[in-house]
Formats: sequence, structure tokens, C-alpha cells
Amino acid sequence: MSAAAHQSLSASSGRAKRRRRWGRVMEGLATLAAVVAIAVLAIVIISVAKKGLPALNADLFTQVTSTFGIPGEGGGIKNAIIGTVIMTAIATAISVPLGVLLAIFSSEFAPPRLALIIRITLNVLAGVPTIVIGVFVFGLLVVGNGYSAYAAGVALSIVQLPVVARSTEEVLLLVPSSLREASMALGASRARTVLTVILPTAVGGIVTATIVAVARAAGETAPLLFTTGIFANAVVTDPTKPMASIPLVIFQGSESPSPHDQEVAWAAALVLLVGVLIGSSLGRLLSLRSRRRIEQSR
Amino acid sequence: MSDQPNEPGSANPPEPVPEVTAARPNTRLGDLAGGHDEDPTVGHPTVFDLERVSVSYGGKTAIRDVDMDIHCNLVTAFIGPSGCGKTTLLRTLNRLNDPIPGAAVDGKVNYRGEDLYGDDVDAVEVRRRIGMVFQRPNPFPKSIYDNVAYGLRLHGMKDDLDNRVERALRHAALWDEVKDRLKASGLSLSGGQQQRLCIARALAIEPDVVLMDEPASALDPISTQSIEDLVEQLKAEYSIIIVTHNMQQAARVADVTAFFSVDVAEDGSRSGVLVEQGPTSKLFIRPSDPRTEAYVTGRFG
Repeated sequence: MSAAAHQSLSASSGRAKRRRRWGRVMEGLATLAAVVAIAVLAIVIISVAKKGLPALNADLFTQVTSTFGIPGEGGGIKNAIIGTVIMTAIATAISVPLGVLLAIFSSEFAPPRLALIIRITLNVLAGVPTIVIGVFVFGLLVVGNGYSAYAAGVALSIVQLPVVARSTEEVLLLVPSSLREASMALGASRARTVLTVILPTAVGGIVTATIVAVARAAGETAPLLFTTGIFANAVVTDPTKPMASIPLVIFQGSESPSPHDQEVAWAAALVLLVGVLIGSSLGRLLSLRSRRRIEQSR
Repeated sequence: MSDQPNEPGSANPPEPVPEVTAARPNTRLGDLAGGHDEDPTVGHPTVFDLERVSVSYGGKTAIRDVDMDIHCNLVTAFIGPSGCGKTTLLRTLNRLNDPIPGAAVDGKVNYRGEDLYGDDVDAVEVRRRIGMVFQRPNPFPKSIYDNVAYGLRLHGMKDDLDNRVERALRHAALWDEVKDRLKASGLSLSGGQQQRLCIARALAIEPDVVLMDEPASALDPISTQSIEDLVEQLKAEYSIIIVTHNMQQAARVADVTAFFSVDVAEDGSRSGVLVEQGPTSKLFIRPSDPRTEAYVTGRFG
């Protein structure tokens, strides 16, 4: 049985060589995959920047979209920026309170089985194609009432809800149960514990979830197709009316035969991309910080 | 040592507290081994009276048929091997098992003559009267001040908040170390200080009983000593029940010790039982049950 002990320890034996070669192959493949992933993002950013930068000027932010792609007539996306901000705000105002309450319910109050059902449901909802959500809201709110920013906000909030609820729940579950017990041992009710201990501890994570959800909604296109008009060239602030949006300006401009419209579309894509990148990196950064804070109290 | 128990204005007895390391007897067994082990419970009314108490989680019995009396203004230690249900029993005494799904208590837990699990009993009031300190220090991620004030605000004891906070911190022998940084986070303290902060937090709401679940097991020896000194001082005002793995600790701090063990039934199911309870000196020196003897002499299998 001591055969193994007599085997050479030499690194140049056949087995050792094979093992090393295999190790190098796997390492190479993994590195390649990482490089490809980063390269894709880099290529997207570079190509959008290259094509968007020429049209990126003050007019883009001060003028409304032009109707027929005639240079000098409009040529900005002011109305679309305002529309996207308002519709995203409506969506966030719906999804954040609902999502946070849902997360509190499933992490603090629901029996384990029900919490599991909620979690699965949210995952399914997160996977529903956004165009289906658009059609659903179209049938629910748009038919008979016409396009409106409200309807778009509702559609976007359905997209946001699982994002908010799932990531809030994750943070709530990170709050150590020793804090719940400490609060309860002092005579606090469950609700009181949630309000005075759990939420203050997890607030960083909830802010993060909100930022990520905003970034997500700002870039959604399909739900808007069915809920707010494509042609909306004026600045609209009345949420009962349809509004322009950045994603639809991109969609529309890229289809347009006018080179000017195409340029504006690229510039709009750049604006959206930068906004979403800043939003989601800020979100991730904050989330790391709040996680560290919570882990301190473990 | 960082504790200043003879701090003016604190609630400690005025007797000078000598250097801890030199003055502390290793255990109290030495003076008591001579044979005159008086019953420490004489003159101390009963605070808890347990009648055939069993606790189970989802049908599995964790501890069964415990009959015991716990007396006020004494330190009662629960000792025994892992899995003997001593922590479970401790948590039963302030109804902290209530929120755990499937937890059930049988028998009667009488607290000062009232059935703790009676229909009419408010768990919140129970927990205000019967405080708890946990195994690992668990201050809230709030300021030192807010940690202590948490329970006070909760129970509307908001008059004179500053003084109440100060008093609790003095009681827990922490005031001098933190008085200049009450706004600092409770998490910025050392482990031993955090545990004393948790004790202050429990004392602030003026409980009657303080339950301690291995309060020093996560601490270094010096912090452990300060906690033990504190326990010694606190029993003048509170009844203390302390769960510990550490027999020396029980021997040092407890007046009365209860030894629990694991009973394996014929079908292989395990549950905790109370083997014996008595004055600490008797339990350690002349245990009446061979299981206790095996445990305290370190021959436990």
C-alpha cells in the first residue's frame, strides 16, 4: 500500500505535466470568458460614444424632437428626457413603497412557506417579457382611455417591482436575527422592531434597490410602446397625456431615413447609457457599503 | 482593568473593591468545602416556580419535566452539556421562544405567583420585567446613548431620559469608559464593552430578573472577569439566571446551580432533563447524582 509513497515527487513526471497542462487550459478559458464579457461592454460604450458624441450639444438638451427630421427644427430630446424622468418617477413612486412593504412582509411576517411562494412569484414576474407587461397594461388602462404617462408609469412599475422587492428582501435578511431578538427581549413588538431596528439598519440597501430599479425603468422600451405615444414632440408635463421618452426617441430615430434623426438617436442612446451606467454603479457601490455596515453588527 | 465599580454615585455597595485579580477567590468552593454549606436560598423568596415544564420545537422535545424554584436576589446558574436544553429553558422564562414557529411550552411557569403563559399575560410586559443578555454582544447599530434609551423609549419611560441612561451605564460599570462619547456607535466598542452595553440596555428598563445566556462565552478572559464581577454586584438588586458552559464560572458566580443533562430514550430520541439543583458548593463538592459528579469532575462522556 506504500506504492504511492514511493512515487516520484518530481514535477516533470507525466501525471504532473498533464495536470499542469489541464490547469492552464481551464485558466485560459475562464480568463477568455471574462475578457469577452468586459469587451462586449467596452465595445457597446465605445461605439455608442463614437456615434453619439458628434450630436451631443446644447441643442440636444434644450430643443424638442423634430417632426420630420429637418435640421434646425428642434433636433433635441428635451421632451424625451422630461418624459422619461416623469414616467420613471411615477413608476418608482408606485413600485418602491409596494416593493419594500412586500419585502418586509415576506422577510419578517410571512410564514416560511408563504415567503417562498412570494419569492418564486417575484422571480417569475422578473422574468415576464416586458412587452407582455406592456400589452397587459394596454388592455387594462389604455384601451378606452388612450395613451398616458400614468399607464406607462404603471407598466414600468411592474417591471421595477421584483427588482425592488427582491433586493430589499435580501438586505432585510442580512440584518442579523440577533438584533431582532435583542429588540424583542426589550419588549418591542414585531412591527416596532421592524420600524426602529430593521429598517434603519437596512436603509442603505433599500436606497440601492431604488436606484437600480430607476436605472432599469429608464431604459425600458417595450412597455412604453403600448402605453404612451411614439409621436409626442412637445414638452408634456400632464401625466394624463402621452409623453415622449428617451428609449422611444432612439427607436424612432434609428428607423428614420433622415441622417439627422439617426444622429440624434445615437446621442440619445449615449445620454441614456451614461445615465443608466452612473445609476447602477452608484447603486452597486452603495450596496457594498451598506452590506459592510450590516456585517459589522453581526 | 477597565471597570470602576467603586465609582462615586454608582449603585454598588460602598465597600472598597479590591484589585480584581488578587482578591477574587478561584471559586467559592474553598470556604464552603469545610462542611457548613448553608442553604443560600434561605430568606430569598421564590421568583420562578416551574412545574413539570417541557419545551418542544415542532414536536421534538428539547427539555422535559423540569420542576424547579428560582429565588430572587441570587445568582442561579444553569450548567450542562450542549443540547441539554438549558438555553431553551432560559428563553422560556421571558417567552422569547414565542415567535419561533412550532415552539410549544407544557407545564406551568409561575413568575411571582402568576402563570407566565396564562391567556391574559402580555408577552411585552413579561419581557419588560424579565430582561435578557445574549451569548454574543448584540448592540443595535445605533449610538451608545440610543442603545440604552431604546427600551426606555419603547416603554414610555422618557422622563429624565439622560439620567436613566447614565444610571443604567453606571450599573453596568460602563459609564466612565463611554461618558465622553455617548454619540459614538455601539459597534465601536470592544467586545466586552459591547456586552456591558447590552447589560446596561437590559437594566435601563428596570427589570426584576436578568437572564444571561452564556454572556461571556464570546469574550476574552479579562472581559469575562469584568462581566462576572458585574453579575456579583447586580444580584443585590436583581435576580440573575445565567447559562454557562464554563463550570468554573458557575462555581465563581452562582449561589445556586442547576445541572442539566441529555437523556437518550429507548427510541434514540434525546431530550434535556434537570438532573439536580442545589447550592453551588454542594453540587460541585457533594453532588447527589452520579451524572452530576461525572460532569463536574470532567469525566463526562
